Amino acid sequence: MEKLLDVKNLKVSYHTYAGEVQSVRGVDFYMKNGETLAIVGESGCGKSVTAKSLMRLIQTPPGEIKEGSQILLDGKDVLKMNETELRELRGGDVSMVFQDPMTSLNPTMNIGKQIAETLIIHRGMSKSEAFEEAVKMLKLVNIPNAEKRAKQYPHEFSGGMRQRAMIAIALACQPKLLIADEPTTALDVTIQAQIMDLMKDLQDKLGTAVILITHDLGVVADFADRIQVMYSGLIIERGTVTEIFDNPQHPYTWALLQSVPRLDTAHKDTLYSIKGTPPDLLNPPVGCPFAARCDFAMDICKEAMPEYTSLSDTHGVHCWLQHPYAPKVERPIGNGGAANGTR
Amino acid sequence: MLDKNKFRIVGCSDADADVINRPNITYWGDAWRRLKKNPIAMASLIFLIIMIFMCVFGPYLTPHKYDTQNYDILDKTPFGNHYFGTDNLGRDLFARTWMGGRVSLYIGFAGTLIEILIGCLYGGICGYFGGKIDMFMMRVIEVLTSIPYTIVIILLLIVLPPGINTLIFAMCIIGWVGIARLVRGQVMQLKTSEYVMAAQALGASSSRIIIKHLIPNTIGIIIVYMSMDVPAFIFEEAFLSFLGLGVQAPNTSWGALVFAGQGVMANHVHELIFPCVAICLTVLAFNLLGDGLRDALDPKLRQ
Amino acid sequence: MARYILKRVGLMFITLWVIATVTFCLINSVPGDPIGSKAKALSPTAEKAIRKKYKLDQPAYVRYADYMKNLATGDMGESIIFVGKSVNTIIKNEFPVSARIGLQAVIFGLVIGLSLGILAAFKRNTWIDYLVILIAILGVSIPGFVMAILLQYGLGGKLGLPTIGWESKTRFFTAFKYTVLPMLALSFGGIASNARFMKTSVLDVINQDYVMTAKAKGVAKIPLIFSHILRNALLPVITILGPRIAGIITGGIVIEQIFAIPGLGRELVSAIGNRDYTVIMSLTVFFAFLYVVSLLLVDIAYVLVDPRIKLENSKK
Repeated sequence: MEKLLDVKNLKVSYHTYAGEVQSVRGVDFYMKNGETLAIVGESGCGKSVTAKSLMRLIQTPPGEIKEGSQILLDGKDVLKMNETELRELRGGDVSMVFQDPMTSLNPTMNIGKQIAETLIIHRGMSKSEAFEEAVKMLKLVNIPNAEKRAKQYPHEFSGGMRQRAMIAIALACQPKLLIADEPTTALDVTIQAQIMDLMKDLQDKLGTAVILITHDLGVVADFADRIQVMYSGLIIERGTVTEIFDNPQHPYTWALLQSVPRLDTAHKDTLYSIKGTPPDLLNPPVGCPFAARCDFAMDICKEAMPEYTSLSDTHGVHCWLQHPYAPKVERPIGNGGAANGTR
Repeated sequence: MLDKNKFRIVGCSDADADVINRPNITYWGDAWRRLKKNPIAMASLIFLIIMIFMCVFGPYLTPHKYDTQNYDILDKTPFGNHYFGTDNLGRDLFARTWMGGRVSLYIGFAGTLIEILIGCLYGGICGYFGGKIDMFMMRVIEVLTSIPYTIVIILLLIVLPPGINTLIFAMCIIGWVGIARLVRGQVMQLKTSEYVMAAQALGASSSRIIIKHLIPNTIGIIIVYMSMDVPAFIFEEAFLSFLGLGVQAPNTSWGALVFAGQGVMANHVHELIFPCVAICLTVLAFNLLGDGLRDALDPKLRQ
Repeated sequence: MARYILKRVGLMFITLWVIATVTFCLINSVPGDPIGSKAKALSPTAEKAIRKKYKLDQPAYVRYADYMKNLATGDMGESIIFVGKSVNTIIKNEFPVSARIGLQAVIFGLVIGLSLGILAAFKRNTWIDYLVILIAILGVSIPGFVMAILLQYGLGGKLGLPTIGWESKTRFFTAFKYTVLPMLALSFGGIASNARFMKTSVLDVINQDYVMTAKAKGVAKIPLIFSHILRNALLPVITILGPRIAGIITGGIVIEQIFAIPGLGRELVSAIGNRDYTVIMSLTVFFAFLYVVSLLLVDIAYVLVDPRIKLENSKK
């Protein structure tokens, strides 16, 4: 199996005046060409930092990608690249779509030029050629009146249109990997669906692999092939979409699935929320990071980090409940949905 | 091998979850605490307190009076009988510097206070009523800001009878515009802000909103503005003295002293240095204190 | 766009009218007789002739109408102390001098100040950053005229820089050396505040999301700095040009005094000393006019340069 992306033991820390914040504490994953991987987790769990590290967009200082981390893209070691190679990588082989389209576009440059910029850098096109191609990209992302729109400035676009423009910028040079960091979080729900459909459509057309970062499991079901659940800088469960939604094994995953509000609940329950707050990354806990909030926590959970249990080629989890000594636990939900009882 | 006993489910205690550990401090307490931690701001504050003290009590620390002319000891150098030396009429510069300081600081504080009063009133009315009243009053402000400030002052000072209070009046006549804009902005922001709506939704009355929300927010900004405004007045007065329009004899101010000192600077540079240093250090202290206050009162502005 | 300009020009004329009127009222409210001190030295016929010429024997509103009419046609009147000395001539002779020093100071202040600010922002916590912070502190605590005095004291007569004075009959470049010290003194405050402002602006922009987007596209360092960072950081600078110009106009008055430059500022100061009311009035209006016009130009420049503003006006 040819791996497009191979990440091993990624550790990223930020050195602040208060100490070292360990944002990412040892993350392994891979991606194949053309597939979609979703990284899911709460704010602050380290998913954005992971994404940015893939393109070495972490500001160092104060950030630091620690020794022992490895990021291989198509066999090339990203962490050992020099400036020139990095610039070729960024926007050329890998590109990124950011969360807030309002602030992610240069307000003093017209949209066409911003798309053309990538083409000039990576394809060596002339300004006029690149601009023409930019107009084509705008058509590809379903922006009406593309010729006129290309000469307009970001503030003349609506939020959804801006995000489409961002996608156009990201896909202009047909990268092998697209990282979408919460692409729909800042948008209205109706627009969210449009954008996700657009991305899926383009992915089919261009064959791009996509890493989708989100905290919203609802968005993931239609779009992703595989899911990774992150918590406190670690991946605590991974699997295909079917495996995660049908047979989740980690209590955190259960809680996430339970948090997705549904319209078809019979009971007038209050919305489910996981109590407590994520652990302080300045001083990460020695055992399982979720122990303090887990209804099924055991003494061992607080003392040691659970080993990796492989349930299939693609499904694995870090949880002491998998250990033969642990009691069998009835998981509270099936295919995702609201709780039946109290909570 | 792992201990089997450790594999019993204990769950998590809710108590661990949402503990708020820090004691609850008020806004002012928090601001003061932050200010105290800022060494530059505290140094400036202490310096200013000392300066004010000296201006009030300084003249009493020497037997010489500030306005006694003595033709026998013209232009004497400092560190003798007269700590700062004497000027071209034999007057003691030590006493004169502190007397001048009294006037300069008085102008600074009085002017600032008046400006703030007018500005708050004007800005408050604009912001509160909005609509046509606001539009008209803002047009007036637009016209006023198109006029070069100093030119107006010069005109007024020519036309009106001389005196310190005239000076203050002339300097205040346009300066309040800045504060008015700030206050208006605050009031308007407050009128539509979400926490006011929340407070109203919870049943808070208008006066409670004004007292608990408007005033604390606005006072912070006003205090910072004040600390920047006082030195501006001192500068402006010094500038006017250069044109012969500042404080007139027999009163003296730092600006007047600098002006007099400049005339004889080639030969008696000490007459220039003391008032110059006094102005520069005082203004600097006010500005640094202002920076510190801004950081303390609105941490969002901190870099 | 055109509507916006028209509106601003209209406002400008209203402002000028207000200034002229207020100036007139103030000057005419001075108690006493404007030519009182000289009247004693004149014969009754001469005195009567002067009074008639300046319409001093007529009620104020007649003089006002006259005044406004003159202003509208560009006639700035005559000195009341030095009879026959026309203000228009004064302006013609001396404005270029003031303008030259003023413009040099503005440009110098911008170039040096902005460059320092940019450097300080990119090289935080290095010696450049500390230098800029120091300059900013000095700029805030040392008034322009003190700087002028210091420069005069320190550099006057050295390095071939004259302490005071001006050569009016020589060509453009030889007069340059007389402009150096005044220009330095006048621009000092500007350098300090421009540097501080620019540093904040650049730092603000560097942390914006769109800079991250540009980096993620693989944009190289130089185009990143110019097309993305500076282009956005320089925009707000235009907004501080207005107050800067005001500072230069008023600061110039004192600088000309100190360096004995024959400019309009010095002219105003001596008119004040002489209580030459017509000259004071006319020069005041002229200065105000300069200021108001430059404000208008700055506002228009801002609308032209910032793409976000264009739209709002065309929508109206």
